[in-house]
Amino acid sequence: MWRDALLVAGKDLRIEGRAKVALNQVGPYALVVLLLFGFAFDEDRPLLENAAPGLFWVAVLFSGLLAVQRSFSLESSDGAVDGLRLSRLDPAGVFLGKAAAVALQLVVLEILLTLGIVVLFHTELSGAALLAVSGVVSTVGVATAGVAYAALSMGLRVRETLLPLLLAPVLAPIVLAATEAWRSALHLSTDDGWRWLVLLGCFAAVYLAGGVLSFGSLMEET
Amino acid sequence: MQLSARLRGAIALAGQYPLLAGVDLDVREGEILVVRGANGAGKTSLLRVLAGLLPLSSGDAFVLGLEPLQDARELRPLVGLLGHRNGLYDDLTAEQNVRFAVAAARLPRARASLALERLGLSGQARALPAGKLSAGQRRRVALASLLARQPRLWLLDEPHAGLDAEHRRLLDELLREVCSEGATVVLASHEEYLWEALATRTVTMAGGTVLDGLLESWLPGGEDAARAVEVTNVA
Repeated sequence: MWRDALLVAGKDLRIEGRAKVALNQVGPYALVVLLLFGFAFDEDRPLLENAAPGLFWVAVLFSGLLAVQRSFSLESSDGAVDGLRLSRLDPAGVFLGKAAAVALQLVVLEILLTLGIVVLFHTELSGAALLAVSGVVSTVGVATAGVAYAALSMGLRVRETLLPLLLAPVLAPIVLAATEAWRSALHLSTDDGWRWLVLLGCFAAVYLAGGVLSFGSLMEET
Repeated sequence: MQLSARLRGAIALAGQYPLLAGVDLDVREGEILVVRGANGAGKTSLLRVLAGLLPLSSGDAFVLGLEPLQDARELRPLVGLLGHRNGLYDDLTAEQNVRFAVAAARLPRARASLALERLGLSGQARALPAGKLSAGQRRRVALASLLARQPRLWLLDEPHAGLDAEHRRLLDELLREVCSEGATVVLASHEEYLWEALATRTVTMAGGTVLDGLLESWLPGGEDAARAVEVTNVA
């Protein structure tokens, strides 16, 4: 399974390395989203600073949707998914590989967006450990749920519009918990951020396990 | 007589629409069986059923001695399917595409180079992203992926599409070669001139059924005869 995951992740990242869709399109899109939030709340700077973690994670959510759609358009555009289904690859390995590739792209994007909120919203970074750990766990949750739902919708003609509709409610707990963990780390709330991290970890673990167990069936539904 | 595939009363649906409407078909080991028929006759669906990618609503199917859906994990690596689409990643080079197919089949990496050479892909054609290759070159890359995997059952949907005369001849030669080594080829086409010199047997599809799919020696026996015939089992 791990060997298959490495193979698939390597393939997806090699494709991204050549196509640079995440770098040239998804990244700038996420920054534009942050910029638009900045324009919308410019009159109320304290509100903007207070809302920065939430705006950050909403931007990650939007970008994550694009990243998983892109990840599965690779498989569906020329029918490569049949090759995956006829291979000896473990479906769980394919799932982990695709999720890992999406997660890695999201981590790079989150670093970029973190710089974005510092520059645009004047956010002062603090609580680095909580920021980093909750960021990684949230990314795992977004990538695993995204890949599972993208596989589910891959065979549908309306997948481009259906996927956001299906995925946004599933990712809502991740966005909520990640926002609260970050608010705590940035001293914008008095909540215990590590408690939110536990909740995040639970959701990420459920999405990860659900994807590993169900991905073979999800691929069959295409 | 050994069979590579046997379908009896095979019905496959897309919603309420029948893709296959009761197919009876025998495929003998080592033959090049051409399935002819007009567009929409069900040729592609038949190939997908044989590959274990399209489930049957009713009827029986045995492919290489296995049940296509129940034994999917054992069967699928033994089957090579080339559909209308080539199954390539546009941003990987031809070589990377074939190497990925070989690695995903857990086969030695060297097979990729040999297969590319056999299909006449060398130099720049190997190093270019698949998205920048011509239609014929893309077809050959897809065929190289199949060849490198060395499937026992080749399922080809209009494999000559996009190939020039030289590479059509190369493909015919290749298919005869793999059959002489024990593989079986089922080839769907609606263009007779492309395969008439290649086929060892032809069957005709129309309206989701195969009109003449049973081997003559099978006709009278029904289920008992079906049991009596040795079905190739490579599992």
